[in-house]
Amino acid sequence: MAQKAIREFDAKTILAKHWDKYFPDFTYAYETVMVQNGSELREKAKENKWLGEKALVAKPDMLFGKRGKNGLVLFKDQKPGDVSLDKAASWIDEKADGKQKVYFSFDGDTPTGEPKEDYLTHFVVEPFTPHSQEEEYYISATCVGDDDVLYLSAEGGMEVEEGWDEKVTELAFPITATEEEIAEKIKANVPGDVAAGDKENFAKFAIGFFKAYRELNFAYLEINPFVMQGNKIELLDMVAKLDDTAGFMMSEEWGDVDYPTAFGMENKSPEEIAVEEADAKTGASLKLTVLKPDARIWTMVAGGGASVVYADTIADFAGIDDLANYGEYSGGPTTGETKFYAETLLDLMTRKKDAQGRDKILIIGGAIANFTDVAKTFTGIIQAFEEYADKMKEVGVKIYVRRGGPNYEKGLKDIKEAADRLGLDIEVYGPETHVTDIVRMALEK
Amino acid sequence: MAQLFTRDTQAIFWNNNKTAIQRMLDYDYTIKREKPSVAAIVAPTSNNKFEKFFYGADEIMIPLYKTTEEAAAAQPQADVLLNFASFRTAYSVTMDALAMDQFKTIMITAEGIPERLARKMNQTARDKNVTVIGPATVGGIVPGAFKIANVGGTIENIVNSKLHRAGSCGLVTRSGGLFNELSNIISINADGIAEGVAIGGDRFVGSVFIDNLLRMEENPNVKYMLLLGEVGGIEEYKVIEAIKSGKITKPVIAWCIGTIAKHYDSGVQFGHAGASANADRETAEAKNKAMAEAGIYVPESFNDLPNKIKEVYEKLKAEGTITEIEEPELNTVPKVRRSKNFICTISDDRGDEATYAGHPISSVATPDTGKSIGDVVSLLWFKKEYPKWATDFIETVMKTVADHGPAVSGAHNAKVTARAGKSVVESLVTGLLTIGPRFGGAIDGAAQYFKYADDNDMSPKEFLGYMKKQGVPIPGIGHRIKSLKNPDLRVTGLMDYAKEHFPSTPLLDYARTVEALTTSKKENLILNVDGTIGILMVDMWRALGYSEEEIDEFIESGTLNAFFIVGRSIGFIGHILDEKRLAMPMYRHPFDDILYDVEKAEKL
Repeated sequence: MAQKAIREFDAKTILAKHWDKYFPDFTYAYETVMVQNGSELREKAKENKWLGEKALVAKPDMLFGKRGKNGLVLFKDQKPGDVSLDKAASWIDEKADGKQKVYFSFDGDTPTGEPKEDYLTHFVVEPFTPHSQEEEYYISATCVGDDDVLYLSAEGGMEVEEGWDEKVTELAFPITATEEEIAEKIKANVPGDVAAGDKENFAKFAIGFFKAYRELNFAYLEINPFVMQGNKIELLDMVAKLDDTAGFMMSEEWGDVDYPTAFGMENKSPEEIAVEEADAKTGASLKLTVLKPDARIWTMVAGGGASVVYADTIADFAGIDDLANYGEYSGGPTTGETKFYAETLLDLMTRKKDAQGRDKILIIGGAIANFTDVAKTFTGIIQAFEEYADKMKEVGVKIYVRRGGPNYEKGLKDIKEAADRLGLDIEVYGPETHVTDIVRMALEK
Repeated sequence: MAQLFTRDTQAIFWNNNKTAIQRMLDYDYTIKREKPSVAAIVAPTSNNKFEKFFYGADEIMIPLYKTTEEAAAAQPQADVLLNFASFRTAYSVTMDALAMDQFKTIMITAEGIPERLARKMNQTARDKNVTVIGPATVGGIVPGAFKIANVGGTIENIVNSKLHRAGSCGLVTRSGGLFNELSNIISINADGIAEGVAIGGDRFVGSVFIDNLLRMEENPNVKYMLLLGEVGGIEEYKVIEAIKSGKITKPVIAWCIGTIAKHYDSGVQFGHAGASANADRETAEAKNKAMAEAGIYVPESFNDLPNKIKEVYEKLKAEGTITEIEEPELNTVPKVRRSKNFICTISDDRGDEATYAGHPISSVATPDTGKSIGDVVSLLWFKKEYPKWATDFIETVMKTVADHGPAVSGAHNAKVTARAGKSVVESLVTGLLTIGPRFGGAIDGAAQYFKYADDNDMSPKEFLGYMKKQGVPIPGIGHRIKSLKNPDLRVTGLMDYAKEHFPSTPLLDYARTVEALTTSKKENLILNVDGTIGILMVDMWRALGYSEEEIDEFIESGTLNAFFIVGRSIGFIGHILDEKRLAMPMYRHPFDDILYDVEKAEKL
């Protein structure tokens, strides 16, 4: 959905692929590899001769920054710029072995806040690029409000982050700005600190960068720092997000790009992945996030907005400790899709009994549908009940239903009859009952 | 414009989404609109010209067009576009529509349009002062006037939720599902809504909360407003600003959903794409708090929202701002409806007197009406009352082609059949069945090719070259014996009539230049009577204001031949009656007029 972070390696690969189009006056060697362990790096050295010939830099590529401060950038063995292939390979194996603690905020060099712990699984390895601080620059672009904003600075790396307000030039462009307007404004606003002799090149690079950001449908694109030595460019560190809704028209431009889960976030469960895959195949919408698999209250709510108000109401009445999942189905899913979705939830909620021996609660909620056929979607839920009735009874599940919309009378009647027939505990309400009132009923008992 | 839609608003519906359109028409019928709210449908891949829909128990036809341009040109009064294209094409459909300057409101239903495209589309619309509802929305409604597509769901729910007539609340939500729910809540706790819009769930939508609320502030039917926001974004703050600066003075009730999001990391996406807080002030809690501080009526929770609505409504009622609403009379959409198998758009025999295209027969039949057979043709064939010069021309054509002697193949066939003892109708059809590309068909061909040449600005020389390449002799050129020196007086008569009575004769003028060239090669290659009729018919339709496409359609459907068929039937019947009168015996062709050349069949 919308903006998704991509790996640094993929960001560089995308820019490298279109380099000559956006940066015809510059060269970029695109010497970078991504590996998961040391032996993979040694294997890559067979094709990429530079890995064996040049001093290297290695760092994790896991969507988090402040890698230097976390001690996760390898650029020296004995002294800066002496990292060999062997050293890089063994360092990667060492860092990939066991969970690593990563801090996300620092006060100076002192970490603040709680670290996250997770495995490091992806690393980028690149040549060590000797350069002076004066050759480092900062550039990024993103959308703020209605405009695209380009951020430029003559200083890159930590410097810019710590002195943002003084050191960064911000240029806002409306979405309808023409290439000429953009070029003109950038040329006129090159940061004053850029050396006079480099101003023209800096502007050229910035114009190409912003054009790439726009045309390649990046939602966020940052190079911090990039090194400019005459016409030679090095991209030392990159952060990028893509607007994945543009994926259908960018498949050629982006190539095979990965949207990894952020470091420290639990990986998606097989059930969440299965729902995600089903969602991608249908014009309807199926969403599932498992919050606490052992918790007591499960929701199967129709509609993006309604699902949120149910979650809000549960949090209001019971707090979030009892809320097992968040999700929604909408946009007129077929009976089969609804059955699959319901079975996924019923399977998850009937794996364990409640630790305190209470009944579990299943909220089958929804607002008054505009066009989804309620009876049809409920048929899918009923079919799932039939599969899971025994398990549901074993664990103890109390079902609360509230729904309106096309064919709702039949839907409510059918689900009540089916539950009664299967011996399931159910209460059924229609549009005369306030949409989230079943949450109150369920939790006040 | 204080009100988004009126009872006269008509839309062009992009994509033949039959269920949604039927729901609009059911709504129209229920609230007794004069005209259906959908004027046309754009169906790019359909070859049909219309789609049938129920209007109450009856059916109506809504025209289909392949492009928005065509639909807009045919329905210039339609100023709303309901864009139901997919996320892949919704952008280009909207941009094309914006370029036309016909639409005041464009609703876009697709979810997940690429963000840059959505932004560009929304900005272009803003620059042109066009209201965009969506993307990723179910739409909006002005109860009692106009309803977009599926808003409100089924007609039963619409009446239950009092969406069939204007109440006093202005409703704005992000979510489409909750829009419907809130309509219901408002109908239970207050008197329904006066206008409502679901702005859409994507991050970048066209009209935002403030745009809609400012319009509702100006709408005298709206007495108070209800805003249902979401976690994420800062749009609610614009509303707070408008209240502080006095731009909004009517009471506002508001709630932001997504208060749960504070408990989780940003990794959990609650609700819509637009619903993700990037800063503290974008959280639902912060926005609810800020709105309450600005004097907006904010409930304790979503569950408490109905009570808040009731409270504000009762207060305004007590103050006299809101008065009791008189419930309008409604039509009831029948539960069982049967689709009709046949359609008739030219005549009607259900009333007191049968009509030809709306004209009672008696009003065109007798001499005192001053109407001729040409008038009847114009009514029944073209559903229009043609001016006298045109109906006179039609009649002239029919008279001119009525007969051409017994030797032509059609008349000959009719005579042979009559002599076999067959009836008038049987004999007539054998004659008529001869009419086609070689007999009578030159009228069609002449119209078709000369128009093609003229449309493509071919010089007479180029036209001749083109026809040679096609390997077709030019239809309508050439006569057995007549020439420029010895003209066909039928042709002269038609041309003289046209010159005198037609407003102009561009195609005939062109054809004469072609004739000048052909007759310079051979004397008898003149514009013949078939050619003259075909060409003048095109000139007649042009002068009557038909589009080139419509005229092409007449030619393709064989309308020109129809004039010949009707005219020549008079002659055929004459020949048949002649045979009957003469009581001629069975005809047998003489042996000596046939070349017999029969070989014995080989055995294979």
